[in-house]
Amino acid sequence: MTQAMPHRADIWNVLFGRLSLDALPFLKADTEGHILLGTLFVVLVGALGVLGLITKKRWWGYLWREWFTTVDHKKLGIMYMILGTVMLLRGFSDAIMMRSQQAIAFGSNMGYLPPAHYDQVFSAHGSIMIFFVAMPYMVGLINFVMPLQIGARDVAFPFLNNLSFWFTFWGAMLFMVSLFVGEFTTAGWLGYPPISELQPGTGTDYYIWGIQLSGVGTVLTGINFVATILKMRAPGMTLMKMPVFTWTALCTSGLIIAAFPVLTAVLGLLSLDRYLGMHFFTNDFGGNLMMYINLIWVWGHPEVYILMLPIFGVYSEIVPTFSGKPLFGYSSMVYATASIMILSYMVWLHHFFTMGSGADVNSFFSLTTMIISIPTGVKIFNWLFTMYRGRVRFTVPMLWTIAFLFTFIIGGVTGVMLSVAPADFLLHNSLFLVAHFHNVIIGGVVFGIFAAVNYWFPKAFGFKLDAFWGKISFWCWLVGFWVAFTPLYLMGLMGVTRRLSHFENPALQPYFIVAAVGASIIAMGILSFIIQIVISIMRRKEYAVGGDPWNARTLEWSTSSPPPDYNFAFIPQVRSRDAWMDMKKHGYQRPLEGFNPIHMPKNTATGVIVGMLSFFLCFGLVWYIWWLAAVSFVGMIVVAIAHTFNYHRAWHVPVDQIHAFEQSGNW
Amino acid sequence: MNSISAGAIGKITVPAFLCHEEPRAHNGTLLGFWLYLMSDCFIFGSLFACYAVLGSSAAGGPRAAEVLNLSALAVNTALLLVSSVTFGFAMLEMARHRKGAMLSWLAVSGLLAVGFVTLEIHEFINMIAEGAAPGRSAFLSSFFALVGTHGLHVSFGILWLIVLMVQLAKVGINEANVRRLRCLSMFWHFLDLVWVGVFSFVYLVGVLQ
Repeated sequence: MTQAMPHRADIWNVLFGRLSLDALPFLKADTEGHILLGTLFVVLVGALGVLGLITKKRWWGYLWREWFTTVDHKKLGIMYMILGTVMLLRGFSDAIMMRSQQAIAFGSNMGYLPPAHYDQVFSAHGSIMIFFVAMPYMVGLINFVMPLQIGARDVAFPFLNNLSFWFTFWGAMLFMVSLFVGEFTTAGWLGYPPISELQPGTGTDYYIWGIQLSGVGTVLTGINFVATILKMRAPGMTLMKMPVFTWTALCTSGLIIAAFPVLTAVLGLLSLDRYLGMHFFTNDFGGNLMMYINLIWVWGHPEVYILMLPIFGVYSEIVPTFSGKPLFGYSSMVYATASIMILSYMVWLHHFFTMGSGADVNSFFSLTTMIISIPTGVKIFNWLFTMYRGRVRFTVPMLWTIAFLFTFIIGGVTGVMLSVAPADFLLHNSLFLVAHFHNVIIGGVVFGIFAAVNYWFPKAFGFKLDAFWGKISFWCWLVGFWVAFTPLYLMGLMGVTRRLSHFENPALQPYFIVAAVGASIIAMGILSFIIQIVISIMRRKEYAVGGDPWNARTLEWSTSSPPPDYNFAFIPQVRSRDAWMDMKKHGYQRPLEGFNPIHMPKNTATGVIVGMLSFFLCFGLVWYIWWLAAVSFVGMIVVAIAHTFNYHRAWHVPVDQIHAFEQSGNW
Repeated sequence: MNSISAGAIGKITVPAFLCHEEPRAHNGTLLGFWLYLMSDCFIFGSLFACYAVLGSSAAGGPRAAEVLNLSALAVNTALLLVSSVTFGFAMLEMARHRKGAMLSWLAVSGLLAVGFVTLEIHEFINMIAEGAAPGRSAFLSSFFALVGTHGLHVSFGILWLIVLMVQLAKVGINEANVRRLRCLSMFWHFLDLVWVGVFSFVYLVGVLQ
């Protein structure tokens, strides 16, 4: 596996590494090949259609100037959200494939997915949903909202922000390419050895390099966010006056800085094993594969909270706004967030109580896991008490929030069940576990994403999302989720294990059919979400809103919708929590003249170019095309160095431009 | 929707809500670079953890005491520690705005680091020639990964130093270059600290065992 270089000088091998026509699975004349050929056709038609439309409408220049090279945190946030949505469609098609396969593959019926393909599908589903759906959504949301909430003009490192986006984007593209050129890993979403180590094909290499790219982007983003929050808050906004969403963004970014480097390191070691024949995770030559399991979960568990904390922040913004009250228990909310941040680093072993580390170690991790439910419970009560005696408005974001409260509590309770080590020995690797983490990730993170999109969309685009289709989407998701995952809970308790592409016991089939029905209800939820967006764009004049459509409380609502590039003509002077509510209550009047020029960063193409080269670097590494990897790597360094020779990266927005916008914006 | 803003014409009656002077810009670069160093710390932490677990797994191959060369290590450590001192001199000269002296001390630091990397590569080649290659055992894998990652960092630092010296020579000691030099200085001392860890934890402990 590691000695791929041929003994004879074969030109093809030098030029293309191990890439050949055999590596194109859609050329194979079997079911798998036909499925992939169909998918490729759809993707190509879609992609060519989009590219053709852009070319025909002459949008390339606009996209390049205003979006690809932008350093504006709001545009980058929107680009992250679009990336997350596109990848959600990909990840969800994998889910549909799994559900339909498991619903039919009983007894003599082997289903339509051969085991090797099925394994790729569940590996791709998990890793795409975490790395390229949930993470881009999270980073996009923080990117868009946080600088506005703290009264800043941009993040601390705007160029880095652009670069991080492109690393994440090209990491996602690497995953997409693996669908048609080569294969994907069959080792699950965390790439457990020994499969990931010994699997000879390119699947695990795609997995490694795709995640390494997005991981680098995420660490840079985390650093960026922490520096922004600590250094760029508006005057008067002390830490305990920050909006809770910003607090959760700070804690999440801290976790990113502390957790993602471990992921980078452990995947680096895995690639040393694969590429250079080292022995970290093999049992022979003294390696220890449990090292991998431990290290990857030292990243993996904080990752759960990296996704969850900002969503807690989202709910903490939505509940006060639509209850017409300040958040109940602000300080306890902050302390709960901070203690979850710390505790999340002390529970990783509960993912493998079955390792055999002994009763003492298991008890420790069992207890820390249970303790996490305490600050989480504090949060739940804070939201409930905020609603108590409030004037609750049942808008779409609020519906998602209330559904979250019920769904997430059940997910949390099953999590506490799993934290009991002896019970975990029975439930480990069962469908109960699968149901549990989908319960917290869909019921927590995904519901929160939809709540956030419905809440902040008017701020980003100046018009509201259609409430009717929003509610349809909401109900489909909520009902679909429970129909899809209740059977998995039940089967998990019966001992059915995860990741099987075929079952013998016909008594299980009804459960899987119900689960498949649930998945298709969720599919309608996703479809309704897309319809919601399309309809809202069509009726954007009708749905147009001013700067503060929800009568909200925090600073992002004090500026125009969409906000100008510079966010605020004057930086706010913060006097209390809920700064915007304070301004509204005390007779704030928006100044319409007397502006000063505003210092803003310039756009740059460096991030686009370095990102693209990083894709070629990783593609070369996957296929052993060493010249391509070397040239791209040198290219990245040269472009980055050239960038540092440019000392003029900022400009001043002239006063007349600010004046013009402040007269005409959407307030 | 927002009735408060309607019709207000520049009457700044409630100045407490807005800063009419742009607040002083905070530069987050040094903090950001600190954060990066801390994240790098976690990479090294993972590699140290691997070495702690796998360092004694020689799998019948050479053990640490048999392959590690303490005299080369002494020279190497001296080179790196002295380069940190000379980098400190360069920073002092920067503060005095003496460009020539600063560049000379930077050059000395760079040369010392080149000496460090050269000697390290030499040692690696010797080890591999003696059959102590990274693929021989988990001990050697974790040794090469840890020491090699540190070496790669130093090499990157040298490249950065060269680029920055060109920029200092061309543009002079301006605000941006001072900031960059401060970052590089932190990076340089950080790698020194990591090396103290490698030195004690890998070499001294390894030879004592």
